[in-house]
Amino acid sequence: MNIRNVAIILNRELKSYISSFTVYIVIIMFLLMTGYFFYNLTATFSIVSFQAQSDPMLAKQYQLLNINETVIRPLFGAIGIILLLMTPLLTMRLLAEEKKTGTIELLLTFPVNDVDVVLGKYLACLVVVLAMILLTVTYPILLVVLGEPEVVPIGTGYLGLVLLGAAAISLGIFTSSLTENQIVSASLSFAILFFFWFLSYSVQLVSAGLGQFLGYLSINEHIESMSKGVVDSTDIIYYLCFIVLFLFLTLRSLETKRWR
Amino acid sequence: MIEVENLTKEYGEFRAVDNISFTVEKGEILGFLGPNGAGKTTVMRILTCFFPPTKGKVMVAGYNCFEDSLNVRKRIGYLPQRVPLYEDMKVSDYLRFVAAIKGTPGKEVNRKAAKIMDDCGLSDVSNKLISAISGGYRQRVGIAQALVNDPEVLVLDEPTVGLDPKQIKEIRTLIKELAGKHTVILSTHILPEVSILCGRVIIINKGKVVAEDRPENLATESAQRMLLRINGNAQTIEEELSRVGGIKGVEREQASGDANGFIVVLEDEKQGRQGVQAMIERNRFELVEMRLLEVSLEDIFIKLVTKEEA
Repeated sequence: MNIRNVAIILNRELKSYISSFTVYIVIIMFLLMTGYFFYNLTATFSIVSFQAQSDPMLAKQYQLLNINETVIRPLFGAIGIILLLMTPLLTMRLLAEEKKTGTIELLLTFPVNDVDVVLGKYLACLVVVLAMILLTVTYPILLVVLGEPEVVPIGTGYLGLVLLGAAAISLGIFTSSLTENQIVSASLSFAILFFFWFLSYSVQLVSAGLGQFLGYLSINEHIESMSKGVVDSTDIIYYLCFIVLFLFLTLRSLETKRWR
Repeated sequence: MIEVENLTKEYGEFRAVDNISFTVEKGEILGFLGPNGAGKTTVMRILTCFFPPTKGKVMVAGYNCFEDSLNVRKRIGYLPQRVPLYEDMKVSDYLRFVAAIKGTPGKEVNRKAAKIMDDCGLSDVSNKLISAISGGYRQRVGIAQALVNDPEVLVLDEPTVGLDPKQIKEIRTLIKELAGKHTVILSTHILPEVSILCGRVIIINKGKVVAEDRPENLATESAQRMLLRINGNAQTIEEELSRVGGIKGVEREQASGDANGFIVVLEDEKQGRQGVQAMIERNRFELVEMRLLEVSLEDIFIKLVTKEEA
């Protein structure tokens, strides 16, 4: 690995993102959808708060008046899922486009290791996703200004979102390495991400041991606990393993392309 | 500079390159000639380490393409066939990117990119997006990116395809200037290009080398043909022509105006020419046109391939 080469690739990919229309559309859609969730959650929260003033039992019954429980946790859940919806649209072009246009032939004959190419592209996409996530910080800031939420779960929740996004990108770059068709790449990403997401629905259906295992494999279970303010090393290890696994598979996939 | 030994490349069952060996000396321009699908691009992709060979050894500048690919790639500039470039980048940005990725130190990147744009005549379009420039400029950007770090070896896959005659001439001049300083391998299916540019030519067909020689020698080896346009009775002329020595055969060509056209296949060029001239003078025919036809790749090719099969 050569840091300079990674930086050069990253720089080029970022410029390419900035000059493309897709990124802006994706960011706008992302903010509209997350904003919609944020609005609904806070509006519901304030209406229930008003009702609770005249009916104290209501609040107690549903534990509704904790802003962390009623707004922040579901908000992070929603942002996480919308993030899973958006990242394949950002990753699909990373390698598939180079294959389609043939630029990969030059890229892979430049004096750079495959690993530098993959890392540069991966990090460029990560920068875009980080920017996207950063833009949602306005929601919790509003909450902090207007209400009194606990701050720690907000921080850990964001850590979870970043890890989730980083994992989704690694899967996306892998599916992009499999095909020269961007739509196929995005569809594969969606399918695999949603498989990892839906694993959490099977937890109750199988035996306890297996259920725990499936829960651990599920991509969004880990962000759940983080948005409660709990950072467990197993959660972080899960995401890191996920990222390393798919980056490794991407490298292998590039290599087999050369052999064929 | 380049040594290729018993190179074989198979795509599944299909054998694209079959046991090819050749060497290229430093400073030489080698032409790689062959019809489409002959395996030219495959050989070039192996040389540039895009993929490894199935069998055989390839050495570039003393490094093995497979085991020491990074060292080979540092010393090679490559222009792929369809000139794949990043369409969303400006010409200057793109060349800066290539200069940097090929290991130019940070401070020199701007200077090198500016110099290569100057050398390749790209200064006018330096601020345009690659998607917005014409085919000729694209080709030049392709050559510029191959040359930017002053590589020892240049691999150019059909560098003049799809250009207009003026651009072809410019690109050929550019390539010709590279001889001596750089070792160049270029592929083409245009014979005149080879005779203008290359010191040596390798003809391949179906993955095999069918000939390797200097372009002049290849041309003389093949049968020469001459076009004649003569005013007069076609029948008589044809009979007279067939009696001239040094001529293998006569074919009728389309007449233009009053003149009858003939293609004469020469066995001995000098004898044939003189014989035809004498014949025309003797019969007092009116000569409209007489010229040697350029030997086409097809002729040489068909000859070489049929020779092989026979």
